[in-house]
Amino acid sequence: MTNTPTIGSTSRRGLLRAVAGAGAAAGLPGAAARASGNAENQPPNLPEWSRTLGPGVIEEPYGSRSRHETAVRRYVPWLTPDRISSVSFTPLAEMHGIITPSGLHFERHHGGVPDIDPADYRLMIHGMVERPLIFTLEDLRRLPSVSRIHFIECPANGGMEWRGAQMSGVQYTHGMLSCSEWTGVLLRVLLAQVGLRPGASWLLCEGSDASHLARSVPLAKALDDAIVAYGQNGEAVRPQQGYPVRLVLPGYEGNMWVKWLRRIEVGDRPWFTRWETRTYTDLMPNGLSRQFTFVNEVNSVITYPCPEKPLRGKPGFVEISGLAWSGAGRIVRVDVSVDGGDTWRTAELQEPVLTKALTRFRIPWEWREGQVAYLQSRAIDETGRVQPTIAALRKVRGVESIYHKNSIQTWLVERDGTVVNVQIDA
Amino acid sequence: MSRSMRKGALAGLPLLALAGFAVAQQAPTPRDVSALYRPFEAPPGERTRGDVPWPAPGNVSLPEPIPGIGRPATSAEIAGWDIAIRPDGANLPPGRGTVQEGEELYLQHCASCHGDFGEGIDRWPALMGGRGSLTTDNPRRTVGSFWQHAPMVFDYIRRAMPYTAPQSLTNDEYYALTAYVLYLNELIAEDAVMDRDSLPRVEMPNRDGFVLEERPDTENVACMQNCRQGRPVTVTMDSRQFVQPGSGSGTSEP
Repeated sequence: MTNTPTIGSTSRRGLLRAVAGAGAAAGLPGAAARASGNAENQPPNLPEWSRTLGPGVIEEPYGSRSRHETAVRRYVPWLTPDRISSVSFTPLAEMHGIITPSGLHFERHHGGVPDIDPADYRLMIHGMVERPLIFTLEDLRRLPSVSRIHFIECPANGGMEWRGAQMSGVQYTHGMLSCSEWTGVLLRVLLAQVGLRPGASWLLCEGSDASHLARSVPLAKALDDAIVAYGQNGEAVRPQQGYPVRLVLPGYEGNMWVKWLRRIEVGDRPWFTRWETRTYTDLMPNGLSRQFTFVNEVNSVITYPCPEKPLRGKPGFVEISGLAWSGAGRIVRVDVSVDGGDTWRTAELQEPVLTKALTRFRIPWEWREGQVAYLQSRAIDETGRVQPTIAALRKVRGVESIYHKNSIQTWLVERDGTVVNVQIDA
Repeated sequence: MSRSMRKGALAGLPLLALAGFAVAQQAPTPRDVSALYRPFEAPPGERTRGDVPWPAPGNVSLPEPIPGIGRPATSAEIAGWDIAIRPDGANLPPGRGTVQEGEELYLQHCASCHGDFGEGIDRWPALMGGRGSLTTDNPRRTVGSFWQHAPMVFDYIRRAMPYTAPQSLTNDEYYALTAYVLYLNELIAEDAVMDRDSLPRVEMPNRDGFVLEERPDTENVACMQNCRQGRPVTVTMDSRQFVQPGSGSGTSEP
């Protein structure tokens, strides 16, 4: 059964109980194994790959990365009952720039990944429309198209950390986050094809996977920047991301970017589906839940250094680097602190800075061996929203709302350069 | 921005001034984001409502349609896929089911994950219990404690269950399963019959438990210097009590 709540509090406390007495896990795998390499391949010697011919073209008709690269999506077994209705995390520490390779894009499925023959793909649009229509994939590709770079983030990103720091690295604290170039038809073009009847105010967008996940989308958003996408990073949308067609709702929580999109129904009110009542609503301390909370607010995290990429043995120059994003628009500024938020310096933003897209920031730092530091980043978006502290969020929302945690992350740098996920006082 | 947030922002100003040495760099002037966060009008009232229309946006302008792309959907095609039920019961299909019929189906199709009494096995969701828990530090979101509308229980069970064979049962069987789950939560009597008329009348305890978006709900302060006012950093939670830094959270795969 689909199950987001286990991302929240109950299982977290379960972990608190389960792990507290169990002692530390085994040592870090492969930390220093390849540090120095094979001297025979290094100056002044001629390496073995320089002395022989390599494979020619189309040895690999669909290419893959170097066999020496090991970054992978990972999942956390205690979060979800099985792998079919589950989530995997993007290895953010391994990412360069702002584009997430499609093969490392985080996954969140509610009924597994359907295997859809594009010849059988159909999109039905009906309800309060003038002309209910069915589109083939070829139909969608004939319509005027756009390509836009946007991040997608599960609103439960960071949801395991409302009560405290418990995840081992940035892959798990922030890895339900990816950024791709999406290509497809603006939803307003499709709505023009069917024509809207007076009174239309909301759409229901429904997937064709086993969960038939369905979310209500305000018509104004659909007419603004929503895309019915068939392209991702220059090729077809990957199966895990909704092949052949998914909805793209820039800035909105990932759950609404319905994958394997089969049906859009036009209506005059939201539907109150399971995914907008039982889950993806934000429970407040007074027992009331906020509903239709769509925007992922301004957020950021340092991806180097981080627990997966410590500073051990690397004193001196450090380029602190990370990612910032906002569902409300462009990032205008990112400040970085190395002393737990006492002093801040403004980082450089990598151009182009795009709306509702990941933004890479960088700032130089000198780490003295033996120096304890508390690294933080704080993003500000074009609406003036400033990324809050976890204390500020908890003060308003308590610790049981699961979703939309966008607080400042703290990495503790130990004397030996180990980097630890911690939470500190405000 | 909500009225209370504006109040909060104003209240924050004297505090900053008092802070003396703390230096805040000018962040962009916060602008009204209500249309961004909440791009819709809602019916009047404190709680969200599914039983009345929500106002249409004012200025809808669409491009010219392009002839010849997309073909008409027949009513039979639409009927086959139009599975969405409304909170007020609209689009519920004909058919009926009893608690007793539902119990047998439940034990056959559902109990292996959700438990014989809806208590939930392992990490699979519980379907019952939790009433009164929403304001505690262990809120449990079940059909009885959290779900807003009884017809949407039918909607979800039919669209996505049984887990390994969604939409494989008859509408009568889905009514029966819905009846049994509601009965487990003591929301209907043991001899109740669920159909398109009775199901919308089931009163859900958390019907009025939902409000609209209230963000932004934190202040926009971007202090730059002496922000901790001499207070040393205190670690309130260190993840190493659970996991080694950089490890796969102790248990991740692959």
